[in-house]
Amino acid sequence: MKIPFSYIARNLWTRRLTTALTAGGLALVVFVFATVLMLDEGLKKTLVTTGEYDNVVMIRRAAETEVQSGVERPQAAIAASHPVIALNHEGVPMVSRETVVLIALNKRGTDKPANVVIRGVSPMGLELRPQVKLVAGRMFRPGSSEIIAGNNITKRFAGAGIGEALRFGQREWTVVGVFDAGNSGFDSEIWGDADQLMQAFRRVAFSSVIVRLDNSDHFDSFKKNIEGDQRLTLEAKREQTFYADQSKALSTFIGILGMTLSIIFSIGAMIGAMITMYASVANRVTEIGTLRALGFKRRAILTAFLMESLLLAAVGGVAGLFFASFMQFLSFSTVNFQSFSELAFGFTLNPEIAAKSLAFALVMGFVGGFLPAVRAARMKIVDSLRAA
Amino acid sequence: MHILKLIIKNALRHKLRTSLTVLGLVVATLSFGLLQTVVGAWYAGADAASNTRLVTRNAISLVFPLPLSYENRIRGIDGVTGIAYANWFGGIYQDPKNFFPQFAISGKSYLDLFPEFVVPEAERSAFLRDRKGCLVGRKLATQYGFKPGDIIPIKGTIFPGQWEFVVRGIYDGKEASTDTSQLFFHWQYLNERMLQTAPRRGNQVGFYMVQIGNPDNAAAISRALDAQFENSLAETLTETEKAFQLGFVSMSEAIVVAIRVVSFVVIVIIMAVMANTMAMSVRERLAEYATLKALGFGPGFLAALIFGESLLISLAGAALGIALLFPVAAAFSAQMGTLFPVFKIAPQTLALQAASAVAVGLIAAIAPTVRSARINIVEGLRSIG
Repeated sequence: MKIPFSYIARNLWTRRLTTALTAGGLALVVFVFATVLMLDEGLKKTLVTTGEYDNVVMIRRAAETEVQSGVERPQAAIAASHPVIALNHEGVPMVSRETVVLIALNKRGTDKPANVVIRGVSPMGLELRPQVKLVAGRMFRPGSSEIIAGNNITKRFAGAGIGEALRFGQREWTVVGVFDAGNSGFDSEIWGDADQLMQAFRRVAFSSVIVRLDNSDHFDSFKKNIEGDQRLTLEAKREQTFYADQSKALSTFIGILGMTLSIIFSIGAMIGAMITMYASVANRVTEIGTLRALGFKRRAILTAFLMESLLLAAVGGVAGLFFASFMQFLSFSTVNFQSFSELAFGFTLNPEIAAKSLAFALVMGFVGGFLPAVRAARMKIVDSLRAA
Repeated sequence: MHILKLIIKNALRHKLRTSLTVLGLVVATLSFGLLQTVVGAWYAGADAASNTRLVTRNAISLVFPLPLSYENRIRGIDGVTGIAYANWFGGIYQDPKNFFPQFAISGKSYLDLFPEFVVPEAERSAFLRDRKGCLVGRKLATQYGFKPGDIIPIKGTIFPGQWEFVVRGIYDGKEASTDTSQLFFHWQYLNERMLQTAPRRGNQVGFYMVQIGNPDNAAAISRALDAQFENSLAETLTETEKAFQLGFVSMSEAIVVAIRVVSFVVIVIIMAVMANTMAMSVRERLAEYATLKALGFGPGFLAALIFGESLLISLAGAALGIALLFPVAAAFSAQMGTLFPVFKIAPQTLALQAASAVAVGLIAAIAPTVRSARINIVEGLRSIG
């Protein structure tokens, strides 16, 4: 014999102010919890979509990022002549020798500089990355001081809009195009001609060599060949792995910070739920006695009060998630600890995160409501009827 | 006097509810204080910066070096009283997660520029005599158990190869705010190896530290210094050490802002819990309030009762939270090791904690007070809580 659900819901409705305050506290905790998960997911998504699965990035051994790496021209030539590299429709090997440096640019409207990745690519660089599309202007002409800027850079940095110019390496570089890389890490980069940029920065070595494999299965043998070659000091990684590795430090940091906060906050919210439920029990001693006298079992009473607490938590959880879903309109930019450069990413909500957040809310409701429900179930019928 | 007794008795009527509320307040105050301290730790580098030091680096960005030949040209600028240089080494000790800063420094001149790094005389001269020697900070030495005479193997990332440094001394901070999580070794040693392995990268300096006599001239000297190298292959950007450090903070500003916002969210959450507690107490005591009113006590007396109880609970929670902050922060700092080189509780943090507790107490009492003031005596006497 179960106590009807309408009785449970109406109890919450009767104490509207208390219910709203408790659910509000729970909603805030769920909001923080969901936001952190969304941020971490956004970061991972940005960096994973940056890489193509069949592309391989080669950088100098022990360098962790392209900025720290150096690949001498002879080594780049050996790596680029490997037989498993795919050919494009014109029969040209799909290889891009790239140079990556950081330049300090000021954000629009402030004098605060941030480090921006500027990548020198060969003409094949765009073909290797199908997600990169020009959305305004045109491609830079090889051999000229022209650059194209990623979506996020154009929006946020002074001098990076179309027709504007940036000055570095004793030259003026004109921005002739804006590209969109589908919310990947490339959106936070500026691209130009590799040879021109190397000249300007007085560099003799590339930073990395990117190749497309003709067949995904060849990766292991390719890696073994490159890393075992006595003439080379390179290591090879799938492009996806390469970028995912670069998000590790930041992702760990966001994760630890977020979980710590969520746990601390949830203690506060659970205490709130507990206070509410204890009061709810204390106020209804006579009701509980009456229900027991009518023949409802202890278990039914326990279930009813637990349900009440879970319902309260569910209301808070849904509200928190509702507000968290609006965070998707915002983007978040910070320095990536590992590459030391600015990276913009968004908040990504997916069903898994929604489920986790609601489960988190229900756990809080359960923990907060368990002791009060036990107290309600253990009341003696006679005493509770006398209490009034 | 009577009213105080009444307030305390009222607060203790529901021991379980009051203690839960106080516990919630302790958690909130504690986490608020901890988050504020974390934000403070972010700014530690900028707070410890001296106003008579300038940092000169390559104008393109920090990853580009400057020629060694700039040293004498900078020294000749009016108002410059000292100069040293260093390179960020960025190597890995055993595992990438054991992160701590390593700098290749210009020996004596660098140590002279940073009087806040206190090294015993004997250890200092031992370090200066040994080309492969290094100095480690107290915090770093504690974390990894480095002792003088130990050899620290470090894998280079920017400067390829395996490097070994012999610990010749441990430095302490002059102030509590001095960062003692760094390792210093000789720039000479780095340069010799670079000249052998990658000659093009020899005689290059990461950044110059420039000492100036009068901090008021910082802007003028920075301009004169940068003008020296304008249109050269390596243009410079000079700013005060504080601005340089703040530049790093501003890079991760979004995270700092998020932490700040969240630390206030916790106060809002606890405000909801506290308001809820007070609303319940008042709802249960409507009959009492009606009785008091019937006896001739005015709404001011009722307000004092409710506000007093709310403040009593919130301040009790805050006092416990503030008391707990010190041991928790110490434990947190030990756990985090060199990630937060400086982790100390600012007096403002304590003031903010107390202020937020008072605010929570006051705001939580508003709605219930209004409700009690509105009671009609007859209705109230009928109420059964």
